[in-house]
Amino acid sequence: MEFLLALVTGLLYAAGLYMMLRRSLVKLIIGLILIGNGANMLIFLLGRITKGLPPIIPEESKVFLEPYADPVPQALILTAIVISFGLQSFAIVLIKRAYKVVKTDDLDQMNSTDEYS
Amino acid sequence: MLIAILSGFLFAFILVFAGNDLKNKYAIVSAIVPFGLFVYFLQFTNRIAAGEVIKKTYQWIPSLNVNLGFTLDGISLIFALMITGIGFLVFVYTAAYLKGHHYLDRFYGYLAIFMAAMLGLVLSDNILSLFIFWELTSISSFFLIGFNNKEKSSRQSAVLALAITGIGGLLLLAGMLILGNVTGTYSIAEMLSSQSIISDSPHYIIIVLLLFGAAFTKSAQFPFHFWLPGAMKAPTPVSTYLHSATMVKAGIYLLMRFTPILGSTELWNTTLIIVGAVTMLYAAIHTIFRTDLKGILAYSTISALGILVFLIGLGTKDALLAACAFILVHAFYKACLFLVTGIIDHETGTRDTTVLSGLRKVMLPVAIAGILAAVSNAGIPPSFGFLGKDLIYESTLHMGDMAIVLTALAVLTNILLLYAGFVAGVKPFTGKLPSQFEKVHLPSYLMWAPPLILAVGGIVIGLFPGIVEGALIKPAVTALGANSGDIHLKLWHGFNTVLALSATTIGVGLLVYFVLKPSEKLVQLAQKFEIISPQHIVESLAYGFAYFSSYWSKIVQNGYLRNYIATIIIFLIIVVGYTLFNHTTFEIDYNSFAKLTVYEILTLVLMIVGILFTVFTKSRLAAVASMGVVGLAISLIFVYYSAPDLAMTQFSIDTLTVILFVLVLYKLPKYLNISNTANRIKDGVISIAFGSLIMVLALEVLSQPQNTETSSFYAENAYILAKGKNVVNVILVDFRGIDTFMEISVLTIAAIGVFSLLKLRLAKKFRDK
Repeated sequence: MEFLLALVTGLLYAAGLYMMLRRSLVKLIIGLILIGNGANMLIFLLGRITKGLPPIIPEESKVFLEPYADPVPQALILTAIVISFGLQSFAIVLIKRAYKVVKTDDLDQMNSTDEYS
Repeated sequence: MLIAILSGFLFAFILVFAGNDLKNKYAIVSAIVPFGLFVYFLQFTNRIAAGEVIKKTYQWIPSLNVNLGFTLDGISLIFALMITGIGFLVFVYTAAYLKGHHYLDRFYGYLAIFMAAMLGLVLSDNILSLFIFWELTSISSFFLIGFNNKEKSSRQSAVLALAITGIGGLLLLAGMLILGNVTGTYSIAEMLSSQSIISDSPHYIIIVLLLFGAAFTKSAQFPFHFWLPGAMKAPTPVSTYLHSATMVKAGIYLLMRFTPILGSTELWNTTLIIVGAVTMLYAAIHTIFRTDLKGILAYSTISALGILVFLIGLGTKDALLAACAFILVHAFYKACLFLVTGIIDHETGTRDTTVLSGLRKVMLPVAIAGILAAVSNAGIPPSFGFLGKDLIYESTLHMGDMAIVLTALAVLTNILLLYAGFVAGVKPFTGKLPSQFEKVHLPSYLMWAPPLILAVGGIVIGLFPGIVEGALIKPAVTALGANSGDIHLKLWHGFNTVLALSATTIGVGLLVYFVLKPSEKLVQLAQKFEIISPQHIVESLAYGFAYFSSYWSKIVQNGYLRNYIATIIIFLIIVVGYTLFNHTTFEIDYNSFAKLTVYEILTLVLMIVGILFTVFTKSRLAAVASMGVVGLAISLIFVYYSAPDLAMTQFSIDTLTVILFVLVLYKLPKYLNISNTANRIKDGVISIAFGSLIMVLALEVLSQPQNTETSSFYAENAYILAKGKNVVNVILVDFRGIDTFMEISVLTIAAIGVFSLLKLRLAKKFRDK
């Protein structure tokens, strides 16, 4: 399973990068989201995956009695998901705004700063 | 002593506030500073003459071994007196020369900073503080050369000078740091005892070369000499002070200071003799091809600096004695000639030697000063110059096999220098006064007194060499590590070879002067060779470099985001990929992996299809939707593998993103389809390489053992310390609570940004554009 997950992670990165290399702004953002997902998967995978053992201490106990999934990567990913949402939503609204002002979503038309105020 | 050195900086600081009051009537008052310092250093002469060395150490940055250690010995004293003495005369002269100038206060400020830095340089015992003062002189020189900052040529010369001397400064720093490492000390005095450690060190050659680099750039040695003629764009007091009498001798000082520590090796002596000889002759020949008085003086200064390097290179006691004496001789006559040139320029408005003549009729005291200085420069008895030249010949004659060659070089240089001195000091005053100069009048005594003092001083010391012998020359030679016991300066040595050489020099020199007249033709002749001059080569290099940089920027910084990303990623793939390829075995232990189930395989297939569809679809809506599918599939994987919190978060965030995207999407244009197939293939290859790299990296990490220390700490203490049973939640809101708080702040900022972008209504004037 890990092998397949690694493959999918690689695919997410590849797809994300490919989209980021396009000229369209929308594709850039989609690429950004894909790479973000890929990064989450990578952290998750590298924290070692464990099936069916969530890091929640049983009701009647104070400590873990049996093995548990690593909670640290999960905490990291949770933060990452939320933060990347902040970034994505801002980026989405920004391209909308930029398109309204510049009238293009071709990145090559956007690389001078002085023409638009 | 610290206060004495820093007084220049202090004065410059006061000028910031008091400058306006000072610059009109009371400009002359500022000359009190160098005069006070001159008197201060003068009172040490007795103690120095008695063989004492005065040391003062002040703690500055003890942790870095940078202390303000000051040593006053013979050689420092000569320089300190020159700096303050000529400084005093220059300060006085400036009061009249730049009278009423708008930036006179600034000018005095720069001069004072320079004086303080130069004093610090020649008195520093710590080589790091020496470096700092060295750089300060370069910087103040930059401001003074560019003083007429409205002229383009001034600014260019200033930058050129700063570039050349700045490179030298860096070399000095490197050399000093290596030297400090080798000897374990940054004090020059302490290095004197570890001379053998240095010369046996494998770093000896590099230390010496770095030091040479610093000295040659600062003291304008061939092929780094060309910044000095350019520096003559500065007002004449600056040329007198910095670019003739003091700053350019900092390199000479450095070489002298390190002669006892690094000297007396083949590398040291041979290099200095060759560079010095080339410089003195090259620059002396150059004087023939100049008609600008300052240009002539600039090249004759370079030539004189070459003589000094040459003498230090000879390294014998006679040569070092000659060097010490010649520094003084040169300071007297060259400063005087510069000041005289400044007066001529100031009063007649020209420095062209082909036009100037007969000025003695209108400015007699200046003429006396000029002629006396030219006499001293020519080495005609009874001037101090005669004595200095004798000492030079004395030292070259005692060089064994090489004596004839070296002496011939010295004689030839001196003949040409005599010519240069006469053109600058005698020619403008003799002959017929042209009618255009009849109205020229004598300037204020503040201007003609300083050169006259210097010129008369040059003659008086020649007549009574005892004045400087015991107090300055002998202690200086001692400080250079030679025995000075039997030194005795005198004007008359009787009839011998040296006298014959002197007579030859004077005779031939005068002949050259009367036969050869400076003319435009010669200037033009020299310009034909401009293309092979070091200046031209360096400037071409600089332009070439600028051109290359702009070309390079156009390629690398081309303003296309995707090119930046591609560059970064390709670099990453190469670097990481190379390391991975070299250091890993690519063995995957499939047995350690979790078993596959049908649900998981289905989820993964769903993801792969979703990803591919997102990439290849032509519809934006489909892309966004399939991206949402990918996110949901990830959420399922989180469910299978024990991460319920992640699954919930991923699910809600993914949904929100898709909704937001769709809401905005209809306001955006259709997908652009601009790129061509070749680009797509290229990007595809990069992307696949990158994805593969990540995959291999992940598999490699999985085959390494895991450190679970942090995880088990959180897991074990989640309930005991934080009273929570969901460990992930406990980490986020308790153990790393502040981080989460920051995260909330970031989200708030993003939310404000989103809100304001949505609500922003542009003012009408912006909307129209």
